[in-house]
Amino acid sequence: MPVTDVRHDLDNLTLTITADFAAPVARIWQLYADPRQLEKVWGPPTYPATVVEHDLRPGGRVTYFMTGPEGDKHAGYWLVTAVDEPSSLSFDDGFADLDFNPSPTMPVSKNVYTFTARDGGTRATYVSTYESAEQLQQVLDMGIVEGASLAINQIDELLAA
Amino acid sequence: MAEQSEDQADAFFHALADRTRRDIMRRVLAGQHSVSALAAKYDMSFAAVQKHVAVLEKAGLLTKLRSGREQLVSGDVAAVRSVASMLAELEQVWRGRIARIDELIASDTDQED
Repeated sequence: MPVTDVRHDLDNLTLTITADFAAPVARIWQLYADPRQLEKVWGPPTYPATVVEHDLRPGGRVTYFMTGPEGDKHAGYWLVTAVDEPSSLSFDDGFADLDFNPSPTMPVSKNVYTFTARDGGTRATYVSTYESAEQLQQVLDMGIVEGASLAINQIDELLAA
Repeated sequence: MAEQSEDQADAFFHALADRTRRDIMRRVLAGQHSVSALAAKYDMSFAAVQKHVAVLEKAGLLTKLRSGREQLVSGDVAAVRSVASMLAELEQVWRGRIARIDELIASDTDQED
């Protein structure tokens, strides 16, 4: 498992995850720069993502929807705030309607992704911050099925081991 | 004991795996509502809303209190996960993404071989 560190900052409602990948920084950057690769890693197999708009420049937007097992669609967007190719990317991540208009009542998280070269591979640091516990709760309510299916997959893997 | 917590998890995920029930939870966590006030918010019968409330109650996510002819519903904040466990859930979503990245870059190497 490439995850090397996880920090939960309860006061600042921030989750920081560090992962080491066995590929150079340029390769990891590609995952975000290429919409076809991004959709492969963004949504879980039960909720595959489809990236629609993809403008990875400050002020640009990335829009996507995820399709659930019953054909239900859930849309989201990134509003890109800073780009320093290939080492960092900052964006606000929010929910949208199916025409990709941001949902004003839904939470928005601030995200900073950083990629640095390390031992021939890449150390990736993902930081996500929410404004309030209520917002965090809302995000999890939206993603509860995703969380449940991941948990089940992990149990399955454990049983198979 | 383990079986009991498994049953609890089943009830919990079943209860929240429905959009209307998640919406009901958001409302009753924000404040007490009568079942009839909740029913007025949805384009479905009173009986259908009552059924959703019963599922959430069974999962321990909300409590019902009778007041005269009204049934008052409140979200059980203690039953709803703490910020810590919420972050833990979000972590699982992230771990899923990272595992997929790892698989994708591993498949590059396979193709080169």
